[in-house]
Amino acid sequence: MQTKMPETSSQNAIDVQNAVKRFGNFTALKQISLAIADNEFFTLLGPSGCGKTTLLRIIAGFDEVTEGSVRLYGEDLGALPPNRRPVNTVFQSYALFPHMSVLQNVGFGLEMLGSSSTEARECAGRMLELVQLSQFADRRPGQLSGGQQQRVALARALAPQPKLLLLDEPLSALDLKLRKAMRIELKHLQRETGITFIFVTHDQEEALTMSDRIAVMSEGELQQVGAAREIYERPRNRFVANFIGDTNLLEVTVDRIEGARATCHLGGGHALSCEAVDGVREGARVHLSVRPERLFATAEPAGPEALAARVVETVFTGTGITSIVELEQGPRLTLRSSNSERGNRRVFEQGAACFVNMEAGAGRLLID
Amino acid sequence: MAAGAVGGSSASSTYREARGWLLLPAWSVLLFFSLAPVIMMLVYSFLTKEHRGGVIWEFSLAAYDQFFLDRGLFGDEPPRIQWTYIAIFWRSIWQAGAATLMSLAVGFPTAYFIATRPAKARPLWVFLITIPYWVNLLIRTVSMKFLLREQGPLNDFLLWTGAIDSPLQIVNTNLAVQLGLFYSYLPFMVLPIYAAVERYDFALSEAAADLYASKWTTLRRILLPAVKPGVVAGCILVFVPSLGSFLAPDLLGGARNFMIGSLIEEQFKGNAGNWPFGAAASMILLTLVLLLLLAFARQQARAERRS
Repeated sequence: MQTKMPETSSQNAIDVQNAVKRFGNFTALKQISLAIADNEFFTLLGPSGCGKTTLLRIIAGFDEVTEGSVRLYGEDLGALPPNRRPVNTVFQSYALFPHMSVLQNVGFGLEMLGSSSTEARECAGRMLELVQLSQFADRRPGQLSGGQQQRVALARALAPQPKLLLLDEPLSALDLKLRKAMRIELKHLQRETGITFIFVTHDQEEALTMSDRIAVMSEGELQQVGAAREIYERPRNRFVANFIGDTNLLEVTVDRIEGARATCHLGGGHALSCEAVDGVREGARVHLSVRPERLFATAEPAGPEALAARVVETVFTGTGITSIVELEQGPRLTLRSSNSERGNRRVFEQGAACFVNMEAGAGRLLID
Repeated sequence: MAAGAVGGSSASSTYREARGWLLLPAWSVLLFFSLAPVIMMLVYSFLTKEHRGGVIWEFSLAAYDQFFLDRGLFGDEPPRIQWTYIAIFWRSIWQAGAATLMSLAVGFPTAYFIATRPAKARPLWVFLITIPYWVNLLIRTVSMKFLLREQGPLNDFLLWTGAIDSPLQIVNTNLAVQLGLFYSYLPFMVLPIYAAVERYDFALSEAAADLYASKWTTLRRILLPAVKPGVVAGCILVFVPSLGSFLAPDLLGGARNFMIGSLIEEQFKGNAGNWPFGAAASMILLTLVLLLLLAFARQQARAERRS
């Protein structure tokens, strides 16, 4: 199953080709190629220092690529300065102008584009309505709460109707509840305005909730690009499997590949079957990733591949129960069952013997 | 509970007492070095002059009369406005203003440059700015005279480049005084602006560029308003001492470019002085500076309210 990459064409909002960025001896981006479609909510996801903010700053025009090119709707951005790009940014620190009123902040971009001040004010007023801050129009940014400032920053960046909106971890300074509410609001805004969003975050949950597609980055490289579900259920490598959600990694040896099916075995010789993956050959020693919620425990083996195990620990987490079991072959696995009648039937006492079963298609071979 | 409350209040009253004593040094400094000299000046300006310097303790308005009114050589003509001293004041304000503008024109880019160096390099640049000021002001001003004179390095250089045919007369002009004042007080412009620019969040400049503002607009509409307190502080710190300065006007300006500082200095030097007149001129200068600052502050407050 290949990730669906939009073909390079002028219909793409952004085409990054072989972009390399070096700061002195440090290479922040290593040969990145990426296409982002029009109207897409696209997320760059990765730990701090992975290069996601560098890529965003290059698209905004604050930094230049050392090699490669970036095109916006087919037009090479080259060394075009930020004030000549139809691209706006929501900054992590919001960067609201402290000496201007909220309305002046939101109208600033329009004013710079040559709108009359009445026009700018009217449009800014409409944007403030959109983010539900009309009653704060005359306040200074310093008099608003963090969440309100965040919405002002959003309104200010959307007011000039950019072709592309860049969001640099805009939710990281908010508390959890507000963050969750803003995720939905952002997604909604993107649908409503039809503007392409590029969202940078290190929070995988944020990425999974909002994005049409996600690019997972690490150490200046793209690890995987795809829809949220695809990235979660078919991680390409160990980094992606670990970074997005929790997972169990089992060391396996691939015995046979027949069409779309692969058969492999654990260290002790126990056979497991799973989907074949491009880049994993017969005889390879690789990792198999299985999400905890796709494993379940039973008293009797539910199928021929069931693994005999003993429960080490069970932890109640409210919405579910997490169990840690030790396989006969040695490795430990984490299992998660929902807090439901069916889920609770699959929970065993600490120390009890049981069998661990994998749901069909749950195991995913990783290329490294 | 009660005992605790009593203990608490006695502890806090002890604290209050101690605080009173601990504030003593600060209050003494304010009293002896700020308030007392001003009051002394005020009192002296209303006394009668002793002919060999000093004062006679007798109330008199003669000093202020002499400053503002011209009653002829023998004091028997009908009073007219005395323009001599007002002209000196006006020239001083003009000279100090010019020096302040020069310092701003050079100091702002310098401060901006230092504040945008890597954090580790900044202290070194600040240090370099202050090094010349370890040398005595008198020596620096005299050196300035040597630099600017007709056979000095500046004229030599200009002649050598062919920019001029004959040496420029700079010493003993207003320009020389302005340059002298500018050089004397430049760090007082650079340092407060540096402090303001260093605290400035450059993400604001990026945000302005992102919102289609040119570099010039960003400077004018975003950076300048943000660092204005530093600029105002720098201007006050250069303007006020320039206004009362006498070293640069005396050494570089010659006899025709007299400033208030020199006028006041004359009154207290040797036996020829007139202490009440010097004190009165000081009081008028002080009032003028206070009025200027007050007017500026009010205008600022009004502009703040408007926006």
